[in-house]
Amino acid sequence: MVSICLIIGGIWIGNNVNLLPIVASSNAPVYDELFKVLFTIGTILFVGMTGLVIYSLIKFRSKPGELEDGIAIEGNLSLEILWTAVPAIVILFVGLYSYDIYDRMGGMQPLEVHHHEQHLMKGSERIWGGIGSSSTIEASNQFTAALPIELTAMQFAFIFHYPKGDITSGELHVPIDQPVNLTMESKDVIHAFWVPEFRLKQDVIPGQPTILSFTPTRIGRYPIICAELCGPYHGGMRATVVVEKTEDYQQWFNQNAKLIDIEA
Amino acid sequence: MTISIPPSNPEPLKSLQPKGWMRYLSFSLDHKVIGLQYMVCGFIFYLIGGALASAIRIELTSPMSDFMARDVYNQVLTLHGTIMIFLWIVPVVNGAFGNYLIPFYVGARDMAFPRLNAVAFWLIPPAGLMLISSYFINGAAQSGWTAYPPLSITTPAAGQIIWIISVLLLGGSSIFGGINFIATILKLRRPGLKLMQLPMYCWAMLGTSILVVLSTPVLAGTLILLSFDIVAHTGFFNPELGGNVIVYQHLFWFYSHPAVYIMVLPAFGLVSEILPVHCRKPLFGYTTMVYSIMGIVFLGLIVWAHHMFTSGTPPWMRLFFTIATAFIAVPTGIKFFNWVATLWGGRISLNTAILFSCGFIVNFVLGGITGVALAQVPFDVHVHDTYFVVAHFHYIVYGGSVFVIFSSIYHWFPKATGKMLNENLGRFHFLITFIGFNLCFAPQHWLGLNGMPRRVAEYDPQFTFVNQISSAGALLMALSTLPFLWNVFHSLFKGDEAGDNPWRGLTPEWLTSSPPPVENWNGEAPLVTEPYGYGKTKVPEPLNQIGTKD
Repeated sequence: MVSICLIIGGIWIGNNVNLLPIVASSNAPVYDELFKVLFTIGTILFVGMTGLVIYSLIKFRSKPGELEDGIAIEGNLSLEILWTAVPAIVILFVGLYSYDIYDRMGGMQPLEVHHHEQHLMKGSERIWGGIGSSSTIEASNQFTAALPIELTAMQFAFIFHYPKGDITSGELHVPIDQPVNLTMESKDVIHAFWVPEFRLKQDVIPGQPTILSFTPTRIGRYPIICAELCGPYHGGMRATVVVEKTEDYQQWFNQNAKLIDIEA
Repeated sequence: MTISIPPSNPEPLKSLQPKGWMRYLSFSLDHKVIGLQYMVCGFIFYLIGGALASAIRIELTSPMSDFMARDVYNQVLTLHGTIMIFLWIVPVVNGAFGNYLIPFYVGARDMAFPRLNAVAFWLIPPAGLMLISSYFINGAAQSGWTAYPPLSITTPAAGQIIWIISVLLLGGSSIFGGINFIATILKLRRPGLKLMQLPMYCWAMLGTSILVVLSTPVLAGTLILLSFDIVAHTGFFNPELGGNVIVYQHLFWFYSHPAVYIMVLPAFGLVSEILPVHCRKPLFGYTTMVYSIMGIVFLGLIVWAHHMFTSGTPPWMRLFFTIATAFIAVPTGIKFFNWVATLWGGRISLNTAILFSCGFIVNFVLGGITGVALAQVPFDVHVHDTYFVVAHFHYIVYGGSVFVIFSSIYHWFPKATGKMLNENLGRFHFLITFIGFNLCFAPQHWLGLNGMPRRVAEYDPQFTFVNQISSAGALLMALSTLPFLWNVFHSLFKGDEAGDNPWRGLTPEWLTSSPPPVENWNGEAPLVTEPYGYGKTKVPEPLNQIGTKD
């Protein structure tokens, strides 16, 4: 009875308490789904265990001056099996579920280096990707090629470079619903590219290019935050990603592009 | 097979040691003196590390970097992490309680290698002083306690090198201690005492010491290579010279993840000692508890890369480390269910020791749940390196280990000093610690989820209010040490007499005087085959013939 209430309560809290920021990429709703499940399971477990501890402390507290001992139970094999098996099943479920989420985020796809990115490789034989690396499912559905952008991180700035149009910018401009491939490398120490509204993060490493793909889905300006300690001004190392309508993006692109002949 | 009772007569050696309080400043070989040396030394560093934490929380009450210079802030957070891990929690849960209790539990007069034991302790104060003094030389290390290259190579070298040397010394101390514990537990057991009759803390220390001995040398080797990169401009981890920064992370976390278990496994052991005494019930599921400790030890060694999910690890590696990490929750969960089952149906005295232990259970369950979540790659890529992680590991190391340290102090203070601590003051101490801790760290989960990275001196102004709540919690935590310190000093001189066995405990340390004599027992060591035989009214048998050699 109590446990049923607990489970219902946990599901209710999982569904109704929102602790996350705005959803602004195709990745984020998938993430939030996982979060909801973990939050529900976590709430049930935490409230259940805390309840058991508090209940025991009150129910089984000794009266002042009482010197009796409790019951000499040293263990119970079936209980032990129960609380080994149930957490193992929960963990297995969570693991498989998060694998599925990971797959849907594009994490399990083999890393393909697109032909237009190959010139970026500059002899380094490996390139490591974050979640959503390689072409995303959305990309293949919409028959849109991913927009390649290069990111150079340094103390204490993110610099974006658009190979098409040869634009160098401190702000990341991307059109809505357009898959983006970020190829990232650091000039000095390790940095990390994080957009909370996209639910994505990838370290930017010196001497080791990394890639990150995402599809923005909501118009707005979101912070890009460096998440890896990179020196005294680490806290101030921020930039902005501007997600805009395709027309607005095109306008920005045309204003800044150096090679006009390329059609976007 | 057990061999024999330890050094038949250590007295002549020990009688050369100074008496009174002076022995705590001496190169004493008495495990009880060394245990208390670890404890007091660790607590002094805890106060220093706590002052640094307060400085961090003061800086974070406003979104601007205005309380201290930015590079000083990075030095403060590096020192805070290093001090709390290497000079407070690791030495105290291992060194202090391990040295004090293990010889009692195995029925020995002292540790297997008393001199090594003293050396292990005396490495700590100079290493700690050196670490802190580096701040006054040319600035302390400022690359975090993780010292990731290339940042640790490019920041001022003096502070970083001093940091490396002191961590090497502390790691050496830890290895000496680990070897000593393994030898003592396996080889110095009193005749007639079987492994599966040992108190649970022995098992926890055996598991922890295995981790210490296997993983600490890897950290030492890594830091030596890093120091070569800094001083001799070699290129192990320096990308400009063809080095690989990710290799450092693998090597570093190969130690530093097990380090978490080096901090919490002994705490698990201590809780397993405290709960049965105050619940008047046997420890529930002794055998499964032992297996779960060993399970945690094994799994703890193969999960390190979950600290590197955003470093660009290949997918198969992410998958493997996710599963291995999440499965640690199974043996850990077993322990928690067994503790709750120990509480169930007991006759619980609601004293400070039990309150801190139960506070530990509640806090650690939350830290464990967020830990399972963090093990999931897709979850981790959002919250990695944010305040969510800061909240998670403080729930583990403060809500877990430090709560257990306080619980243990309230539990064993009467044994070590012969005086009782004041219970009302103790319960007050628990209350403000518990409230302050949760007020400080629970809101940080939200901060991390919503976009506040860790290790920053400045942040988005939208997070100001929640950070101020967190800082208010930190203030309560800082204040909570005052009633504790008052309680300790007051009780030391004016506390009630404890008597030999105030809690009516059955483990061997209670079967001698408080404080115990240099030889631990006047006469033979008692044979305690049922350390948790509460409710059976079984009196421990005195030892008769075996082991008397002189």
